[in-house]
Amino acid sequence: MVLSPGTKAPDFTLKKSPDQTLSLSELRGQPVVLVFYPADWSPVCGDELALFNEVLPEFARYGAQVVGISVDGVWCHEAYAKSRNLDFPLLADFEPKGEVSRKYGAYRAQDGFSERALFVLDGEGVIRWSYLSEVGTNPGADGVLAALEEGAAQKV
Amino acid sequence: MSHLTPPLSPRDHTQGPPGGGARVTLVEYGDFECPHCGAAYPVVKAIQRTMGSKLLFAYRHFPLTRVHPHAEHAAEIAEAAGEHGKFWGMHDLLFEHQDALEDDQLIAYAKTLGVDPEWAAQALTEGRYEPRVRGDFASGVRSGVNGTPTFFINGLRYEGGTDALLDALREATIDAPPPMKSGG
Repeated sequence: MVLSPGTKAPDFTLKKSPDQTLSLSELRGQPVVLVFYPADWSPVCGDELALFNEVLPEFARYGAQVVGISVDGVWCHEAYAKSRNLDFPLLADFEPKGEVSRKYGAYRAQDGFSERALFVLDGEGVIRWSYLSEVGTNPGADGVLAALEEGAAQKV
Repeated sequence: MSHLTPPLSPRDHTQGPPGGGARVTLVEYGDFECPHCGAAYPVVKAIQRTMGSKLLFAYRHFPLTRVHPHAEHAAEIAEAAGEHGKFWGMHDLLFEHQDALEDDQLIAYAKTLGVDPEWAAQALTEGRYEPRVRGDFASGVRSGVNGTPTFFINGLRYEGGTDALLDALREATIDAPPPMKSGG
């Protein structure tokens, strides 16, 4: 079971490049979209991340930061992000493998990779919306946008 | 189940009987540089031939510009051609020349269709039709489009493959209410 709305999102620090890390707590103050996905390079993931990449301007209207997370290593992420022109960070849940994904209930121990799961966090780091997709199904971005919209509406 | 948002309106580019005369509507969200859309193009054409006046087909833009660098301008040139009533002529040319979508080639297609090439070039440079293409894209995201091509049959997202599209449309035709009588 993925973590449900109302839960405080577990903090983490993961590598976003060979020499840089990113902590969830650094993103406080703005909505955050966490995109857990099984693997770089696999075709459906490609579509999902390409889609989220393309929708970034829509997410930006809510001030939201998108972050991708899989168990792939930093060098793999780097090559993948470059080849697909991705404009958001990919974090390596690599060592200990899948630890962050497990904390979010988004790890497939039998397969050794992350679930295809989405979380929308508010500016205080509380999960406002979460969604577990079938591994082979690209969930689309409409659920995330609706959650961001709702969050923005509540603020007013 | 994902619904087409907003629904079809006069703003859309359509082929088929006007005024609610069709039994079934098919909407494609597509990208002129996407190979899967290129593969779907002749299938949709064949479906249109088979179903004739029972089908209303509409096309909306969903360019994945960071993966397909020519897709945005291709979509915009189709809108530019549409300004002159040549949207579908351009739609067909683009899908038939997916490997030749550089700006000068797009402008040459405009010229082929009788659109002033200088005007077309200017429209691309200015990004005159970018808001329209962005509007289509945003509607696609809202409608649950998760890649291209994504089809909607009578406003509901079609989950199957392109090869089974005709069967799905035929089924939707059987379920559909009889066509509305137009007022005259």
